[in-house]
This record gives sequence, structure tokens and C-alpha cells, in this order.
Amino acid sequence: MTAYARPALLSDALALRAAGARVLSGGTDVYPLGVPQGNVLDLTAVAGLRGITVGDGLRIGAATTWSDLAVANLPEAVAGLQMAARMVGGRQVQNAGTIGGNVCNASPAADGVPPLLVLEAEVELASLRGIRRVALAAFVLGPRRVDLAADEVLVAVHIPQRALAGQSVFLKLGARAHLVISIASVAVRMVSVGGLVTDIAIAVGACSAVPQRLVAVEQALLGQPLMGLAGRVQAGDVAGAIAPIDDVRATAGYRMEAAVELVKRAVAL
Amino acid sequence: MIGFRLNGKAVTVQVGPLQRLSEVLRENLGARGTKVGCDAGDCGACTVLVDGRSVCACLTPVAQVSGCDVDTVEGEGEALTRLRAAFLRHGAAQCGICTPGMLMAAVELLARAPRPSEPEVEAALAGVLCRCTGYRKIIAAVRDAWRVVEVPAASGAVGQAIARIDGAAKVAGDLFGADVVPAGAMSVIAVRSPHAHAGFAFGDVAAWLAGRGVVFTAQDIPGRNAFGVIPAFADQPAIADGVAKFRGECVALVAFEPGVAPDLTGFPVEWMPLPALATLDDAEAVGAALVQPHRPGNRLIEGRVKKGDVRAALAGSAHVVAGTMTTAFVEHAYIEPEAGVAWMDGDVLCIRASTQAPVMDRDEVAGILALPTGRVRILPCAVGGGFGSKLDVSVQPLLGLVTLKTGRACRMVYGRGESMTSTTKRHPAEMQGRIGCDANGLITGVEFAGRFNTGAYSSWGPTVANRVPVHVTGPYFTPTISARARAVHTHGPVSGAFRGFGVPQAALWQETLYDRLADKVGLDRLEFRLRNALRDGQVSATGQVMQSVGIADCLQALRPHWLRALSEVQPGRGVGIASCWYGCGNTALPNPSTIRIGLRQDGQLVLHQGATDIGQGSNTVIAQIAAQALGVSVAAFELVGPDTALTPDAGKTSASRQTFVSGRAAMAAGLAMKAALQRTGYGAIDTSALPLDRFGYVLSVEETYDPPVQPLDADGQGSPYAVYGYGAQMVELAVDRDLGTVRLLKITAAHDVGRAVNPMLVEGQIEGGVAMGIGMALMEEYLPGRTENLHDYLIPTVGDVPPIESLIIEVPDADGPFGAKGLGEHVLIPTAPAILNAIRHATGAEIDRVPALPHRVLAALKAVPHG
Repeated sequence: MTAYARPALLSDALALRAAGARVLSGGTDVYPLGVPQGNVLDLTAVAGLRGITVGDGLRIGAATTWSDLAVANLPEAVAGLQMAARMVGGRQVQNAGTIGGNVCNASPAADGVPPLLVLEAEVELASLRGIRRVALAAFVLGPRRVDLAADEVLVAVHIPQRALAGQSVFLKLGARAHLVISIASVAVRMVSVGGLVTDIAIAVGACSAVPQRLVAVEQALLGQPLMGLAGRVQAGDVAGAIAPIDDVRATAGYRMEAAVELVKRAVAL
Repeated sequence: MIGFRLNGKAVTVQVGPLQRLSEVLRENLGARGTKVGCDAGDCGACTVLVDGRSVCACLTPVAQVSGCDVDTVEGEGEALTRLRAAFLRHGAAQCGICTPGMLMAAVELLARAPRPSEPEVEAALAGVLCRCTGYRKIIAAVRDAWRVVEVPAASGAVGQAIARIDGAAKVAGDLFGADVVPAGAMSVIAVRSPHAHAGFAFGDVAAWLAGRGVVFTAQDIPGRNAFGVIPAFADQPAIADGVAKFRGECVALVAFEPGVAPDLTGFPVEWMPLPALATLDDAEAVGAALVQPHRPGNRLIEGRVKKGDVRAALAGSAHVVAGTMTTAFVEHAYIEPEAGVAWMDGDVLCIRASTQAPVMDRDEVAGILALPTGRVRILPCAVGGGFGSKLDVSVQPLLGLVTLKTGRACRMVYGRGESMTSTTKRHPAEMQGRIGCDANGLITGVEFAGRFNTGAYSSWGPTVANRVPVHVTGPYFTPTISARARAVHTHGPVSGAFRGFGVPQAALWQETLYDRLADKVGLDRLEFRLRNALRDGQVSATGQVMQSVGIADCLQALRPHWLRALSEVQPGRGVGIASCWYGCGNTALPNPSTIRIGLRQDGQLVLHQGATDIGQGSNTVIAQIAAQALGVSVAAFELVGPDTALTPDAGKTSASRQTFVSGRAAMAAGLAMKAALQRTGYGAIDTSALPLDRFGYVLSVEETYDPPVQPLDADGQGSPYAVYGYGAQMVELAVDRDLGTVRLLKITAAHDVGRAVNPMLVEGQIEGGVAMGIGMALMEEYLPGRTENLHDYLIPTVGDVPPIESLIIEVPDADGPFGAKGLGEHVLIPTAPAILNAIRHATGAEIDRVPALPHRVLAALKAVPHG
């Protein structure tokens, strides 16, 4: 028997979750697999879960939709995430799909994850037991696997103040213009002073079980002049961080090359 | 109880809170204008507005719209009204299945951008797939919807670009196969094989069923459990008997009682997987098992055309090129999955379904159910795209079996995955051969061998095998030829009819080779084609003396565009060209259409035209032709659309034959009615008291037209078609050398249609065919078990189709109605080879396998010799 609840209060939501309810939000990843069965907790009416708060860093409510994000007035460092917001599915999916759902669905090709990784995002997980914060990079464990306990709800994504510096970009590669699962995607956030890179974060999606930061590439580019930065990206440094596979969209070898090329382009933007 | 406002009116429904909004709108509230194409958010056909924002109703739990405003295509809003008019004015609706989703997505856009830019329109419509239009007219309509335009009344004379006469229904949410449901209908679901080849046995079905409905297996079929569009080859069971031969094959049916959730969970079937022949090499290996026991070597058929000594001709040629080309299974991907209903009307079994071939459906169903054809009536619904696949039966015999056996109405609606796995595909082809020319660039001979993966059953495999050798020269004078095409069985999906019947695959081979040949001679690629273009009075490779040949006109029309494009080429950009020809109608077989016109006692003229309009526009074009012949305006007719009880046989909607063949019959009927009216004077007197004929008219005429063709002999020599159409397309594109991605910039398409009966519909066909060619060239590859949905199987979106300039060429044909030739398939054929030729022009990369996915293009780029 299906029990459905759409509470307005987080405390009620957490109680339902503790009782074993499955979480539903925009439905865009749930319904393609079929109408959900069992006990379902719909988060879309919970107060405080939707919307972006600017304070010490940025708090993005888990039920914030992609189209909310796309039009929000946000620092330039978040531009990459906003670019991704316009590339997730079509307008219909952007109007319903949420950032929390994208993260929890844990697709290797999730367009939201690389831009969040370069923003050093943390997820806020709530349960009746309390609240904990986990770095996004630690939260996503593998394809369709996240570090979410059975009684927990992802309530927000936090961007720390230090990661709101600089500019960011997101590049997505697919075999058609829209509505396409990425062959590879790259997000870069960069801070420069006097023409030199003072901080840089790079992440690649769809080229490993979990989108990855390219730490070796970042280290190699740190302190380097913006001019000619792309030329300093070493293919081996990219390759060391990712493990692409063959699938219907592309070969592993192609993904590797495309990832390198996209990183070069992204750091040059 | 869930309440919301539907198009401004408060509604409440007693449904499960997690039910899809699309299902509640359609099944509980009767608002079936909202369409369902995938139930996965991949196609956008179910787009509705919730509090002004577009969402996929299939992804939306109905509880989430509680208290909200839900707006659908049934609404009356001012923006929606303007959009509807603009869609009609621009010819933006073809089959109409995506139209409600497009309209609603556009309503959301216009609310925030009343006069949107093209990028804004693209972003807004990116979530709605269309398989018919190529999107360009939709973009134009949305951008133009801010205006209110008075459209002057038009007579619809031949040559007038009138709005389609069934358009009002399309922009209101037309009634497709899933949209009309008889009261008390049982819900039918097929049990399908998850294996490419497997034996199967049923357990205790009655215990599982527990009174929820009725199960049917092959043992329940009273007639011949073998269908196939070509009777001599019919081999496909409606329900497999003991062995399933492809993934997705139907092995049993369950008809669930109304009110029972139709759920196959736990259905007791045991599968015994068997070795499957996956590839052509597997199927043709020495000692390979036989898919069909009576077809040795797994060969269904081989078609051939032979003239002269091609080997000697090539040996003596100044230049010879050799090459291969490999293509993939291509899915039709119409946005309407197969659907229909059946009921008994007295002792007549009535089936309303989505089809391209009502009379063939009637005959197939009658044979399978052992009924005389007079006891089966097929009532085609609006068809949400066909492209060839809906020529074969799908739901029709299954619905018929349930209703015949139970006496009760039933309904069957395929899901997207079921539609993709169980219905036909374009044949994957492996082609190779050589083409030669003399020092002046005149073609000396074509040597071709191709094998086509026809899957487990015959379907249209014989047609493909016969059409390819006839067309593989392209529209060029070719003195010697040896061309063979064989259709080979595997345990793959059934390959059948798909827009072009193998000719698009062959054109990829021949047109890419011609580019290389032109380079060898040192001729411009367009001039090479023009030099070899067939002319009136020359003979084709099959020995047919050609007349009304329009290919040179098409190439000449392209020339200024070609020169402009070549002059503008920058590094990384390229220009490509390819030609096509295509014979209209059946290959060297009878192919008649009959049209009836009646005059009612009240003086109303009634046009009975049985050609199914699958979006291409035959409802409009045939009426325009009949009206022109009769000397009246289109509005003078009341129209009776296809229904095997009400319309004479106008044949199937395939092979680009309706404008030509049914059009000729309509022209003859119009002329006959004109003569009859003159003879009787009935047009000018009170006919209300006159006696009625057998059709219920005071006066009626029926005219049949069958194209004059000659059979092909053992060497493929003869005159297989009465009418051919011609075309040539030019592609401008940019290649990203580091990623292997291709960006199309513009496509210019010149098509000789003989006479453009309705130029707006001609453009619509061109743009839609080009879009399908783009998909075939760059992204479409059906892999059983892997791309059985519309997010892994990619078709072009609104952002993938560049501006298209159509050049309509009119070289009238003596056999065509008012000179008209067919067009529907021609328009797809040149696009893919022109894209490959442009990639080669841009980069030197020679691509011998489609789709040219980025990783394949990059690999081809790396293979280009440096220097």
C-alpha cells in the first residue's frame, strides 16, 4: 500500500523519513523508472527547502529547482552552476528538477555535480538525530550511491564563502544540442590576481564513477599566468584523476581526450 | 480527493496522490489533448503549465498540483489562441502529436518574452521532440505569434499554400490511437521476450490471473498465425508460438478487466535462452542455425540489377574509387507509440488504431482471426507519425483477438520501450563496391554489393533488397552496373519500411564515393554530378527510358548557393552536396488507389479519400487536387477520411505514392464528377427528391489509378516506376577538430516535385526529411537492450536543425496529377551523405560508418594523412 505525505514542516518530514519513507522531490529522476510505490515523502512543500540564501557563503535549499537557480542573482563564481542549470534536460525538467535530487541521484553524468565540486560544496543532512555536514566529494560514493542514512534528508547545499571568489564556467559535451546525457562535462572556477592564477578548481563529470576534481591539474596551474594557461594542462594529469568507460555515447579513449580538451578550453575562458 | 483548477475551472479527482498528472488528466478528467510519448520526461509531448511553468505531466505526481492552476491545450487563453493561429499559418503542425506540448511550452515563453528571439524560442522548446517538422516552422510560428493575422479565404487551388484542412484539430489536441476509449474496455498488455532468442513455457496462468482478466497465447489464434506485408513472405506470428526470435516479441496477451491495475508482475513464464545470431557475420557463417527454417543461409532474398560488363568497364576506366559504408538500426521514433481500441459492431470487428495502411490491416487481421474481410473494419485514428513502421500491424491483430474472443471492447497502448523493441527499424547495411569514370568524369560503371540486416521476420525486407539495386546509381547516367542487395535474417529487431526503403543507406555509399571520384578527375563536385545527371530520353540502369527528369534542374538551382558557400568557407568549415532520386509507389508491382466523390441530396459534395494522413498532408493535397479537377474550392467538399467501411482503397501511405497515385485517382474522380454534373445538370437543380445510388448519393463517381509499370526481369531490367522524383541538397557545417563534433550551419535543399500542390506542405516535408537525415548522419543508433528509450536513443532536438532553405523545382511529370511527383522519402535521402561530404571537405576525414558520433569523427580525423 502506498502512503504519501507532503508535509510543510521539516520536523514532520524527518519523522516520516525516520519511519522509512522514500524521498521524492521534482520527480524527474523518479518517474522515468515508474510511479513510485511504498511510503513516499514529498519534500516540495517543506518550508525552507526551496530558495537561495546569501550570508556567510551560500545556502541553496535542496528543493531549489534548476530554473530558480538559473535566474537567481548570484556571484560570478556560481556562473558555472547557473550554466549547468540551463543544460539539465529541457525547460520542463529545469522547472521541476531540484539540485538536491540531482546530487542524491548520483549519476556519473549529473550536470550539477562538477560545478558544485569546484564550489567546494557541502551538503547538509538532517534527521531526527540531528544535522551533519559532509563535503559533496565525500557524499557521492559511486553511481547511484550516496552517504545518506535511511533516516536522513538532504536539506541544503552550502557553498563556503571562500569558494565564492573568482569566476566559473561549465562546459558540456553531448551528441546533440539539448536533452542529452553528457559524454563529458567540465567545470572550472578560477581566481586570478595580476594575470596569475591564485586559486583554481577543476572538476570533470561523466568520465568516472563519480565526478572528480583534477587536483594534479589544479596544482600545475596554480601561480601560472592566465596567458597560455590551456597549454599547461597535461593530459597525464587529467588521465590520472578519471577512469572513463565505453558506452553507447562514446568510447573510453574518446572521453579521455575530450576531457583533456574541455579542461583546456574551460581554463582558457 | 485532490483539487486544482484545470484551464481556469475547479476540478476534483479521487485518485492516488502519486499518479502521474498526465494519466489523471487523460484518464480521470477526460482531457486527452495532453499526449504521452515516453512517460520519462524525454519527449515533452505531455507538457502542461502548473502555475504558469511548463512541466512534463508524466513526471508530476498529481498531488503536487493540488491547489494549483493547471493549463493544457484544451485552454482558451489569448496567447494560446494566437499560437494556434500561427501554427496553422506557418504549417508548424504536421502529425500533431507534439503540437500540444509545443504550444504549451510556447505559452510559458510568451508570458515572459512576448516577441522572443530565436535563441529564446530554442531554449523554450528544447524539451519537446518533434519527428515530423524539422522544427523550423515551429520556431517561425512561435516568433510570429505576437501578431494577429487575417488569413484571407483561399480556394485551395493546386499551387496554393493553404493551411492544412485538418489543422484545427491538430492545434486543439487531435485524437490519436490512445485518445478514444470505449466504455468498459479491457486493458490489453503483451508479455514480451527479454531475450533475442528463447524458448518459453507458461506456468499456472489461471492461478496468477485470479480472475483479473483473460490470457491469450498463440493457441488462441483461430487463423493463420503469420503476418507480413508481402503475403508470399508472411512469417511473423502475432503471438510467438514456443520460441521468441527477437527481444520484444509478443508471447502472450493479458486482457485486464476495467478497474484492475494492468500489471504483469509475476506473470508465470519460464524462459529458456537460445543462442542468438546478432550480426550479419553470425547469420552468414558456415553452418549457422537458421532463423527461418525454410530460408537457407538465412537469406530472405537478394535483389539485383545487371547491365553490361561492369568489370570490363571499370578496368578500362580512367578513375575508379572503391569504398565501404556501414549503417545502424534506426528507430522511427514517432512521438505517438502504437495504440488502438477494438469493439464489436454486430458481427463486425471494429478496430480503431494508428496505421498507415488500413486495407492491409483489415486483410492481415482477417487472416489471423479467420474472418472474412467483410467482418473486419479498420478505422484509422489521427496518426502521430509513421515513417514506415505503421505499415506493419502492431496492436491491430492483438486487439482483434481479444475482442473477437470475448465479445468485449478492449484497448492497447504501447509504452515507449515496448514501441521501440517490438516494432520495425531501418535496416542496418554493410555496403561495398566500386565506381568508375572516364577522363572527362563521365561515369562508366557501378559495382555494388550490400547486405541488410532484416531481423527475425521478413516485413519489408524484400522491398529494401529490390529497391536498393535499382537506386544505387543515384540519378546519374550509368552505362554498366552490377548491383546486388541481400536481406539476411538475424535475431535482431525486425527491419521493415523506413522512409526510403534502403535507398538512404545506399545513397550514403554512392554519394560519398562520387565526391572522391570528382576529386580524382579534378572536377567540382557539383559540376561532376551535373555532368552525369540523367537527362530526358536517357535510360536508367534498369533500362527505363527516363522522362521529366529534374535532377539537372535541382543541381543548377543549387549552383549559386554552392558557389556562394564555397567562397565563404573558412578553416574548419566545409560544404557538401548529394543528390537523390526515388521511384514513387511499389517497385514493379500493381499499386492502385481509388477515390470516390458523391453528391448528396442536399447538394453537398463529399470526398471519400482513404489515404491515411500521417502528418505529411495527404488530407489536404488530395482534396486540393480533386477540387481543382472538379473546378470548385476545397471548402466545397465535405471530407470522409479513411475507414474501410466508408472509403474505397487508396492503398498504403508509403513509397511517396499518395500525392502521385491517390492524387491521380482524385484528379480522375474530380474530372468524372465535373463531367457527370455537366451531363445531369445536378449542380444547378434541386436534387433533394432524387433517388439514391448504392453509396447513398444522387450522383457518385469512383475512379481508380494504377501506375503503369513493367516487371523487372532476372537482371533487374524493366520500368519499375511510372514516376520518379529528384533532389539535391547542400550542407554547410563546421567541424570541431579536437572534439569531433559537427555544427550544422545551413542546409539548402532543391527538390523537383513536378508540381507543388501545396508549397507550404512541400517545405514541411523537406524540413522534416532533412531533420531525419541529420539524425541518421550524426546521432541515431538503435542497440537492442541499450537504447530503448528517447534519452539513450537520440533524435534531433530544436537546436540540432539549422536554417533550411527550400528550392522547389517543378519539372512536371506526364503521369502525375497536374504534373506532381512524390516527395516524402526523397527529402531524407541526400542529407546524410551531404553531411559526410561536408565533413570530408572541411577536414579530409572520410567517414564510412554512421552515425558519425563525435568519437567516430575524431577517429576519422586522426586517420587523415598529414601533408
